[in-house]
Amino acid sequence: MKSLEELKKIKDKTKKKTNTEKDTSLTRILVGMSTCGISAGAKPVFDEFNTLIKDKELKDISVTSVGCLGECSIEPMVEVYQNDKRYTYCEVNKEKAQKIFDEHIVNGNVVEDYLIGQYRK
Amino acid sequence: MKNIKLTIDNSEIEVPENYSVLQACEEMGLNIPRLCFLRDINETSACRLCIVDIDGMRGLKNSCTIQVQDGMNIKTDNKEIRNSVKQNLQLLASNHIFECWACDRETNCEFLDLMRRYNVDNTFGESEFFSDNKRLFNDTSTAITLDSGKCILCGRCVSACHVHTGLDILDFNERGNETYVGPAQNNNLEDSGCIYCGKCIESCPVAAIKDTSNMEDMLEALREPSTKVIVGIDPLVKVTVGEEFDSNIGENVEEKLYASLKTIGVDEVVDTSKFSNILKKEEANILLNRVKEGGKLPIIRSDEPGWINYIEYFEEDYLSHLTSTKSIEEITGAIVKNYYSKELGYHKENIVFVALTPKPEEKQKASRMANIVEGVRDVDFVLTTREYARMLKRQSVKFNELEPIKQFGKLAELTQSSVNEDTYHNSLEETLKTASILAGEKPKKIKFKKRKEFEEAEYTLKDTKFLVAKITTPTIKDFFDILESKQKQYHFVEFNSSLGGWINSGGNPIHTAKLQDDVDIHKFRLNNLNGLYTSKNYTNLDEILYKEFLDSVGSKKAKKVLHTKFEKQESYKNQ
Amino acid sequence: MAKVAKSLNEIKSFPKQTRIALRNCGLIDPSNIDEYIARDGYFALGDILKNKSPKDVVNEIKESGLRGRGGGGFPTGLKWELTAKEKSDRKYIICNADEGDPGAFMDRSILEGDPHSVLEAMAIAGYAIGANQGYVYVRIEYPRAIKRLKAAIKQAREYELLGENIFGSGFSFNIDLRLGAGAFVCGEETALIASIEGERGMSRNKPPYPAQKGLWGYPTCINNVETLANVSAIFNMGAKEFAKIGTENSKGTKVFALAGNINNIGLIEVPMGTTLREIVYDIGDGIDGGKAFKAVQTGGPSGGVITEEHLDTPIDYESLKEIGSMMGSGGMIILDEDDDMVKISKFYLDFTQDESCGKCTPCRIGTKRLYETLEKLIDMNGTPEDLEMLEYLAKSVQKTSLCGLGQSAPNPVLSTLKYFRDEYEAYANRTKRTAYFIEEDVCIGCTKCAQVCPVDCIEGEVKKPHVIDPEECIACGACYDVCPVDAILKP
Repeated sequence: MKSLEELKKIKDKTKKKTNTEKDTSLTRILVGMSTCGISAGAKPVFDEFNTLIKDKELKDISVTSVGCLGECSIEPMVEVYQNDKRYTYCEVNKEKAQKIFDEHIVNGNVVEDYLIGQYRK
Repeated sequence: MKNIKLTIDNSEIEVPENYSVLQACEEMGLNIPRLCFLRDINETSACRLCIVDIDGMRGLKNSCTIQVQDGMNIKTDNKEIRNSVKQNLQLLASNHIFECWACDRETNCEFLDLMRRYNVDNTFGESEFFSDNKRLFNDTSTAITLDSGKCILCGRCVSACHVHTGLDILDFNERGNETYVGPAQNNNLEDSGCIYCGKCIESCPVAAIKDTSNMEDMLEALREPSTKVIVGIDPLVKVTVGEEFDSNIGENVEEKLYASLKTIGVDEVVDTSKFSNILKKEEANILLNRVKEGGKLPIIRSDEPGWINYIEYFEEDYLSHLTSTKSIEEITGAIVKNYYSKELGYHKENIVFVALTPKPEEKQKASRMANIVEGVRDVDFVLTTREYARMLKRQSVKFNELEPIKQFGKLAELTQSSVNEDTYHNSLEETLKTASILAGEKPKKIKFKKRKEFEEAEYTLKDTKFLVAKITTPTIKDFFDILESKQKQYHFVEFNSSLGGWINSGGNPIHTAKLQDDVDIHKFRLNNLNGLYTSKNYTNLDEILYKEFLDSVGSKKAKKVLHTKFEKQESYKNQ
Repeated sequence: MAKVAKSLNEIKSFPKQTRIALRNCGLIDPSNIDEYIARDGYFALGDILKNKSPKDVVNEIKESGLRGRGGGGFPTGLKWELTAKEKSDRKYIICNADEGDPGAFMDRSILEGDPHSVLEAMAIAGYAIGANQGYVYVRIEYPRAIKRLKAAIKQAREYELLGENIFGSGFSFNIDLRLGAGAFVCGEETALIASIEGERGMSRNKPPYPAQKGLWGYPTCINNVETLANVSAIFNMGAKEFAKIGTENSKGTKVFALAGNINNIGLIEVPMGTTLREIVYDIGDGIDGGKAFKAVQTGGPSGGVITEEHLDTPIDYESLKEIGSMMGSGGMIILDEDDDMVKISKFYLDFTQDESCGKCTPCRIGTKRLYETLEKLIDMNGTPEDLEMLEYLAKSVQKTSLCGLGQSAPNPVLSTLKYFRDEYEAYANRTKRTAYFIEEDVCIGCTKCAQVCPVDCIEGEVKKPHVIDPEECIACGACYDVCPVDAILKP
C-alpha cells in the first residue's frame, strides 16, 4: 500500500459490492461462523445457502461467513440484508435454512417464527 | 558508580545505585532470610522469604532482585513480614520430608536453619487433610541422586545446571504443587546427558540432590576381616574436609585427616597426586606420537568436572582428540592394586580401594567397564569429601579433637616422595614440559598471548613448532564454540572453566548461599592447596614405577594399566 | 400481535450496548481484508504514518483514556510512552491473546471476527514505541483464531500494510504468531515473554518491567487483544470523542462474556459506567428459571463476587476494586440462590492451584493448601479455626506471591468470605445441610417426592409426613421440583 488514495479505492469498490442500502438489488446472507457458531452447526447452514443459490442460479446474492454476533445461546445465527433492512434468524439448521431461502430470499416473505424476536425480548 | 540514599528500618544508608535491596540490607548487617537466591547463578525470586515492605509497592516484595532506588523507604522486620515468612516456611515444610537423621545435610541445611530461626510448626504437613506430594527418586545413577521429597523447588540446581553446563539437564517438570525438578519427565539421569559435574549438588540448600552414597559400602569393607581398605586421597580433600568441622575455609587439616582414617580402621593411605607425573608422561607421549604419526589434532584436555562425559555425549567427533589416559583416581587404584599389592603382601582381589575426592563424577568413572584391569576394578568406591566427613560424624569421630599424625602405613613409606608445587595438578604447560623431557630436551618457558578468554602460545619441541592454546570460558559448550571458530590448526588445547571449576566441584563441603556470597571460597581453597606443595626435594616415583612395573612410557603394560576407552554415550538430549 | 423484533438492533438489549471493540464482528468477512478496509480499516494507520509523529500517537492514546482491557487496567498511553522512552535499537510489541479465564471468550471472538483490527493496532503501537516487530501470542486451543490471524497477516503483507516501508513512510513492521500451549500463567506478561523465548512458562520478577527489559531483554510493550481492538477506532472517531464514553477514570467500553445462570448468555459490549443491574437484567434478561439473584463473579479466578447490594455500582476499574472484585478480562458469571459460594471458591482454587507455574512458594503450595482447606470444610471436616487459617493464608499468598496469578488467586476466597461468611461458617460449624429436608408440618404426604427420588431415600406413609434420609440424599432436587406444597427445603 503506497497511499491513502489507493486504500480508498479498495474501500469504495468493496462498499459497492456489499452495500445493500444503496443497491437494493443486492441480497447478503451473513452466517455467524466463529468457533461458537460452527460448533452450534453453522457450517451445514452456510453450505446449504451456497448450494441453494447455485441450484437456483440466483445473481446479486452472496453468502458471507462472518464472526460472532454475541448471542451464543441462540446460534447458529443468520442475518439477511435486503432492501435496506436487516433480519436476524436464530437457531438455524439445514431445514430452517431451506425455509428461509424459499420463503424469504426467493419469495420475499420473512419467516417470523425464526426471527430473533422469538428468542429475545 | 553513583551512590544513592535510602532508608532501611528508619536508618538512612548510602549504597551504590546498582545494589539490590538485599545487598543494601546486608550492608547494614541485617540478616534477611534467604533460600533461593544464589548470586550470579539463581536470581529468580522464587522462594518469597527475603520479603520486605517497600513504600509505594504493592504487597511484600522480594529484596534479592529488586534494585535500590533513591529515597526508597524499606521495612525489613515487622509482625506482617515475620508472619508471612513463617507462613511460607510452613508451606515449604508441608512438602518436605523431614528425615533429618538420614539426611546428607543434617548439619548444614539452609532450610532447617530457617525453620529453627522462625520456630515454624508443620501444621499442614502433620494434618491428614493436606495431601503429601508424590516422592520421586531418581537414584539409578552411580554418581548423583535426586530426591523430590526433600526438594523445596528453589531452582538453584536448575540454574546451576544452566550456567555451568549450558545443557539444562535439570529443569522443572509438571506445574503447580506437582512441580518437581529432574531430567525431562523424570527420565533416569544416566539417560539425560548429565555429565556429573556436580554443580547442582554444590548449589542445593537441602539434600534434594546429593551424590549417590558409597558410605555404607566403605563401612562394610572396613568390617570385612579379609579385606584391606586402601584410601587414595585427592590433595584438595586435605584443605577442604576441615570445613565440615568448622575450620576456616581452605584450612589445611592433612594430619587430622590421616588420624581420622586411622581411627576408622583404614589400612593404607596414598596421595593420588603422587602419580600425576605418570599421567603427564603418558599424555605427553601421546602428544608426541600423534604429531609424529599424524593423528587427530589438536589434542584437547581439561581437568574440569564433566569433561569426558560431555565429549562422549555431545562432541562425538572430538573423542579421537582426547588422550586415552585414565583419571588420576583410576590410575592410583590400578597401580596400587596391580603393583603395590605385591610389595604390601596383599592379594589384589582383597583390596578395596576407596578414592576420596571432591569429584562426584569419579563415582561414575569407577563403575565403567573400561576401568577394570585383569578382572579387578581400579577403584571400588568413591567417597566425596563431604560424604567422608559425614561418615566420620556418623561414626562419632571427634575430628577436631584428633591428635594429628603423619601419613601412616607401609604404602605411605613405599610412595614417599614429594611432589613439587606445580605438578600436583595437570595442565597443558606441565604436559608440554614433560614432552620436552621425554624428547630429551630441556623444558622451556611458555609465553602466552592473551586475548579475552583465549590464550595462545608457540612451543618448540624437537624442532617442530607446537601451536597451543588455553580457553577459559564458563561452559564446555562455549569452549567448543570458540575452538571451532578458530581457523588455525592447533596441536594442543586446554579448557578451563571461568566459574570456579574443579576447585568448587560438587563433592566439596557445601556452604550457605550467604557464605558463598561473602567469601571467595575458591581463592582460599586454591591458596592453601598450593601451600601443600612447597618442598623441592622430589623423588621420581614415576621412574621407579616405569622401571619396576610399567616397562616404559606408552608400553603395552602402561596401556593396560593407565589407559582407558572413551566411547560415544547416548542420551535423549543428543538424539 | 406484538411486534416481533426482526434483527439484533431491535431487541431490548441493543440500545444498552456500544460496539467499539466488536464494531466489525459479525458484520464483515474476517478472511477478506477488503471488507475490513471498507469499514475504514487501515485508514488510521495510513493517516498516522503520513501525518503524525510517534509522540502524537502516544499523546492521542493518552488523551483517549484507554486502559488495559486484560484486567489490570494500566493506562495504555502510559505503557506506550514508557516503552517509547527506552533507548534501544530493538523493541517489541506483543499482543497478548492467551485468553485463559474459564468462561471468557472476548478475545477469541475479536480474533475470529475481526483480526485486522488487532494487526492494524499493533502496527500503530509499533510506530508509536519504535518497534518493527510484533508477536501475537495466541493459545493453541484457538485453532480458528490462529487460522484467521495467519490469513489476515498474509493478506496484510500482500497489500503491503505490513512489511517494509508501509504507505511509503519508511516505517517497517512485521507480525508473527507465537503459539502458547495453553498454560493459564502464560497470560501473565513475564511468563508470556518466557514462553516466547522458548523457556518454560514461568513468571519473572517485576521490576524490571517489560517496558524496560522484556522480550530477550529488549523494551517490550504488551497489550491485550481487546485493548488493541479499540486503537484504530480511537483514531477514527478521535480521542476526544472516545473519552466521552465511560466514566471519569475508565473510558470507552468493555466487552463481557455473560455466563452462568442468566437468560441471555453471550458476548456484550457496554460503555464503562453501565451498572451491573443493567447488565444482568436489561441485557442479560435476568436469572434463568425465575430464581433469585445471588452474585456476579467477575474477573474469573483472579476476581471476586459482587452481591445484590452492589448491583447499582457503575462498572469501572476502581469501583469494582473497591467492592472487592475486579474488572478482569471480562468474564462475568451470574450466580443464583442455589449456588454454594464455598464450592464456587473451591472451583476457582482448583483451577489456580493447577495452573500455578510452580515457581514461587506461596502460589505453588499456598493455593493448594487453600484448596484443600475448602475441601476439608465442604467435606464437613472443618472447624471454625480453619476459617481463621483460610483467611490468614489467603492474605499471605496475596501479599507475597511473585506474579499476578498468585497475588490474585486468593481473591475468590477472600471476596466470598467477606460477603458470604455465613456459608463458610455453616460448613465450619458443621451445621450446613447437605441434603434436602421435608418440613413435617407442611408435608401433606402426597408421596410424589418418594416416587421421583432416584435413590429411594424418601420414606413415609400416604397422607403422613415424609422424611428424607440425609445420608443417602444426593441433593439432586427432583423432590423439590415435584412437591405441590413447597414442603421441601433446599440444602
